[in-house]
Amino acid sequence: MSGIRIKAAMSGDSAVIKCLMTHPMETGFRKDAKTGQLIPAHFINHVMATVADKTVLDAQWGGGISSNPFLEFRVKGAKTGDKVVVSWEDNQGEKDSADATIA
Amino acid sequence: MNQQRRQILKGVGTAAMVAVAAGAGLLKPGAVFAADWNKAAFDAKDVAGALSGLAASGAADSDQIELDAPTIAENGSRVPVKVTSKIPGTDHIILLAEKNGTPLLADFTLMNGTDSFISTAVKLGATGNVRVVVKAGGKVYTLAKEVKVTLGGCGG
Repeated sequence: MSGIRIKAAMSGDSAVIKCLMTHPMETGFRKDAKTGQLIPAHFINHVMATVADKTVLDAQWGGGISSNPFLEFRVKGAKTGDKVVVSWEDNQGEKDSADATIA
Repeated sequence: MNQQRRQILKGVGTAAMVAVAAGAGLLKPGAVFAADWNKAAFDAKDVAGALSGLAASGAADSDQIELDAPTIAENGSRVPVKVTSKIPGTDHIILLAEKNGTPLLADFTLMNGTDSFISTAVKLGATGNVRVVVKAGGKVYTLAKEVKVTLGGCGG
């Protein structure tokens, strides 16, 4: 099961693509309330999106993006039926990817 | 002649190294991301350091950037931020939180028809400026907006 939910729909001449990713986005600066130990950094640091196999967005993130990140972007020239793929990789080497079809 | 031999050896060495690296999975053919994560910029403790790590220093203030963020955020751990750049040729949208321990939040590279628009949610550790830096046609532009945080977002 993928931890990315994508909604993609045309609005005018752009596709509006909204993504919700499941991720703790730990900065590495927070302390565990019980043990007082720093919680290790664990955050998505790369996000990429393609529409119809063309890269449209390539992002680098730090731990300052909110947990369970939300991301919306818009792609001109996309069309109904095009495949959207959103992938991420985190600082611990974990990866996830999901796809959707533009409605 | 010696010189020639040296160059041939150099070439063989490089090829062998690439083969070893590929074998070890260090070079991922079809790796999806354009560049390595910019550790220097993301680890920078101040805005100037982050921007110099992104080659985005010396930005001029611009009224062609729209930054939609709340004036008061009750919860600093999830502050919605929406950016629209009307600057032609915008290909990077960079987000910073000036009062965070490490201010750089994100660097978005937009291409192949992606509108110069980004909407996301960020953490703000304290009241301070959210700053947008836009790269367009090799130039940099910026806009900041203060967000008052009533409950810090980085402590927990």
